[in-house]
Amino acid sequence: MINIKNLTFGYRPKQMVLENLNLQIKPGHIYGLLGRNGAGKSSLSHNICGLLFPVSGTCQVSGEIPAGRDPKFLQQVYLLPEEIYLPNVSIKSYLDIYAPFYPAFDRDMFYRFILEFDIPKEHKLQDMSYGQKKKVMISFALATQAKVLLMDEPTNGLDIPSKKQFRKIIAGVIKDDQLIIISTHQVKDLDSLIDYVLILEDKQIILNQPVENITEKLAFKQVINLDEVASPIYNEGALKGYAVVAINHKKENSRLDMEMFFNALLSEKQLVLSQFN
Amino acid sequence: MDFNNTQAIYLQIADYVCDKIQLKVWKEDEKIPSVRELAVMLEVNPNTVMRSYEYLQHQEIIYTKRGMGYFAQANAAKSILKTRQQQFMNEELPLLFKKMQLLSIPVTELQNRYEQFINQKNN
Repeated sequence: MINIKNLTFGYRPKQMVLENLNLQIKPGHIYGLLGRNGAGKSSLSHNICGLLFPVSGTCQVSGEIPAGRDPKFLQQVYLLPEEIYLPNVSIKSYLDIYAPFYPAFDRDMFYRFILEFDIPKEHKLQDMSYGQKKKVMISFALATQAKVLLMDEPTNGLDIPSKKQFRKIIAGVIKDDQLIIISTHQVKDLDSLIDYVLILEDKQIILNQPVENITEKLAFKQVINLDEVASPIYNEGALKGYAVVAINHKKENSRLDMEMFFNALLSEKQLVLSQFN
Repeated sequence: MDFNNTQAIYLQIADYVCDKIQLKVWKEDEKIPSVRELAVMLEVNPNTVMRSYEYLQHQEIIYTKRGMGYFAQANAAKSILKTRQQQFMNEELPLLFKKMQLLSIPVTELQNRYEQFINQKNN
């Protein structure tokens, strides 16, 4: 569904943010895009939806070139940015203005999400709190039924019950022909939803793996002594002993700890990546 | 649902399904929730539930009827009980023994405690 080849992108001529980046993405999955601050996550998603253009290389999304900004393409891609600016109108007027850009927009679905998120629907958008605005926009994004949905830190600003609602809503709507890419630092909020992990580092996607592959190669464990683990790769001191990432010799079925995995990958890059080649 | 941090989520979901069947909340030869319904209920990716259901099919705990969804096998509760007993004997008991040895607790002491526990439960 997304096919990126040797994509290079930068805001200034001699300072590239992404360099020779390659990425293939399939529909029907929820991808978690992880990377440090300033790694280029937003630049990448802006290239995918046609807001920014590659300096060189190709970016293909659903068979189209995003930079061409063909309305037919734009109708099926939606980007939910982290910072949102909304006009001072009611929810209904907002729908009247923006929903027509998305032919598959489902108003009933939108109002169902608004209800589930407990948003008073007669309020004007600017009278709402940051979290409420965010929930309106998440509902809008999902109701577009866009084939490619890019979300930047969607759970930022959401209260505790809303995070739960968010997970339920996403689990209920994702379709086989749809793709959701969530870039986030709040991995604990979303790690039960994400089934593919993308890691952006050194201007490239250095890892693109399904969660089940990661836990097949690596074991995530809590131990009292480090010598209990054969082939540890990375560890962090925890309250009682250590949290460890190790090579999964014994074919254990451990649960992926995304934060630990990310830290392990950044600190032991070659060793971790070599498990996947 | 609160998942623990150690075991793969798809196995925890499989365990959850087994709990329901063993406790007869979901009855044998009856339809169990669809992949989508369970994903929403547990706030997980439907693909993960799919993997759990495939795993349970392989274990012959559930089966699928074309176009009708998933059903609990006729003798599922019994076979889950059997598997769990084996699991207890092979995995949990050695850990308990290790701890008992460490704390010098004789097996006879357990016998009394267990009888007390059963009596209390029955009263």
